[in-house]
Amino acid sequence: MTDTTERRAVTAGTWMLRLAALAYLFLLVVWPTAYLVRNTFADGLVTLAAALTDPDIVHALVLTGQTAALAVTINLVFGLGISLLLVRYDFVGKRLLSWLIDIPLSASPVVVGLALLLVYSPAYGWFGPALRDAGIDVIFALPGIVMATCFVALPLIVREVVPVLTELGDDQEQAARSLGASEWQTFCRITLPGIRWALAYGLVLSLARSLGEFGAVKVVSGHVIGQTATATVAVESAYQNNHTDQASAIAFLLVFAAVLCLVVVALLHRQDAREKG
Amino acid sequence: MSIEISGVSKRFGDFVALDDVTVSLPTGRLTALLGPSGGGKSTLLRIIAGLESADSGSVHIEGKDATRLPPRRRDVGFVFQHYAVFRHLTVARNIAFGLEIRRRRHLPGSAASRAQKARITARVDELLRLVHLEDFAHRLPGQLSGGQRQRMALARALAVEPSVLLLDEPFGALDAKVRRELRKWLRSLHDEVPVTTVFVTHDQEEALEVADEIVVINQGRIEQIGTPDRLYDDPANDFVMGFLGDVTTLDGAPLRPHDIDVALRPTTAAAVEGTVSRLARLGFHVRATVLTDDGEQVTVEMTRAHADALGLLEGATVFLTAALAVRRPMAQIA
Repeated sequence: MTDTTERRAVTAGTWMLRLAALAYLFLLVVWPTAYLVRNTFADGLVTLAAALTDPDIVHALVLTGQTAALAVTINLVFGLGISLLLVRYDFVGKRLLSWLIDIPLSASPVVVGLALLLVYSPAYGWFGPALRDAGIDVIFALPGIVMATCFVALPLIVREVVPVLTELGDDQEQAARSLGASEWQTFCRITLPGIRWALAYGLVLSLARSLGEFGAVKVVSGHVIGQTATATVAVESAYQNNHTDQASAIAFLLVFAAVLCLVVVALLHRQDAREKG
Repeated sequence: MSIEISGVSKRFGDFVALDDVTVSLPTGRLTALLGPSGGGKSTLLRIIAGLESADSGSVHIEGKDATRLPPRRRDVGFVFQHYAVFRHLTVARNIAFGLEIRRRRHLPGSAASRAQKARITARVDELLRLVHLEDFAHRLPGQLSGGQRQRMALARALAVEPSVLLLDEPFGALDAKVRRELRKWLRSLHDEVPVTTVFVTHDQEEALEVADEIVVINQGRIEQIGTPDRLYDDPANDFVMGFLGDVTTLDGAPLRPHDIDVALRPTTAAAVEGTVSRLARLGFHVRATVLTDDGEQVTVEMTRAHADALGLLEGATVFLTAALAVRRPMAQIA
């Protein structure tokens, strides 16, 4: 008897919790997103088609794609390098470096944008005038946008790869070296396969983050529609100019990309789990 | 001599791992580096392999100065305590790793490339048979037991036909039964493939059973080098004597518990009288604790048959004599 009552009590409690979680998610995520989708497709495909033929919006989407591709590539190289440095080598200031990498996670992206502006602004930046004289535009141009995005997305790869690299240990690398492998062969044949899922996972997360970055990019891009406005910046400006349908269409595309990223992540997880047996 | 180590020292911060170690390890033999944990034996092995660099001194392998060579140029095979298997490669690809690294570049699909591939496959098959893993060639290491993984790691190290095979506590992570099996198997493998082998262990039984020669290392120094028999019967000092087997004292002289004769009547004038205070039956042998009239606690070991013949019981009065001339460690004689 006591057994059943206890179980019933637990079930009721569990149901309450589930209901609360579902209601919370519904109010916060599902309803607004569904509303966005409904808004986009209120007139069938007309809104989306109109948005995709507007040269300014197309430009913003292409710019976002370019920025994300560049930022992800750069972060792949540096994220991997920093991860190896943090796990495989001992040096003075290692903890400081590890701590610095977390700054983008805790600092507001607007702060990042402003900081970049202070250093690279052609008018009053610490480094900007010299760059301008050399004919290199950083602020209000693609380099600045990419830098801001890189900064914001950097920790995502490092934080995925570091624990896996630590767990992997350097036994296998030592074994490979004793079997005649050079450093490069060891990296390609042993280290990289060992961290490939973590790396892929980090890459997808950092791609999602790059596509969605707004604050830092808004500050450094100068948000000139048709020139330096990325998709997120274009959403805001469309909305402010009362083009709600345009804003919904771009926002829908961003959500769509994010969902795609999540699907890829889920598939990667499954693959990873399967290989671990 | 296959491996010549002279004047090697190594520190980790304040800790002296090796202190001016000089030793020659013979070609074609199985040598054990034996000592307590933290004594420096693994460090010495890793220095031979090039996985660690010595602060001073030199290492010669097969007459070649290897002191500054990276591990991959030393022609050594290394087997790690925790196997260090390549988790993402099948058993066959693990074993083939060293061969594939050394592979010459040929045009893909060319006759030379195909011949090379066939050679590697043949060699891998041969090694799989040698370590009894023929049926596991296409499994991932995660699907193998600890003993199987370590056999695979051994085959992987042997694949490139190294001039020296180094094993760092190879059976340390395995359970007692598997460890005993693998020990026997390693010995017979070495008889079959007589490559110069050095293995590190802290288990004196393992060293005594497997090795041709034992190097006892303690606190960064070499205590004694010799055959298992010599070390056991003729230890250079108290440390070696204590580390290689049980030690008790009779009339103040150290000796092995099984080197004491027990009688119920005095056989010689020198016999020491005492009372059996405890009797432990440990399967094949019996261990008796005897309290002598001088108040010395002596441990004696004998076969069960011998104890039964004597009718030994707790509380019995016995007379003890050293069965062999008392072997004082040489250091004390000198």
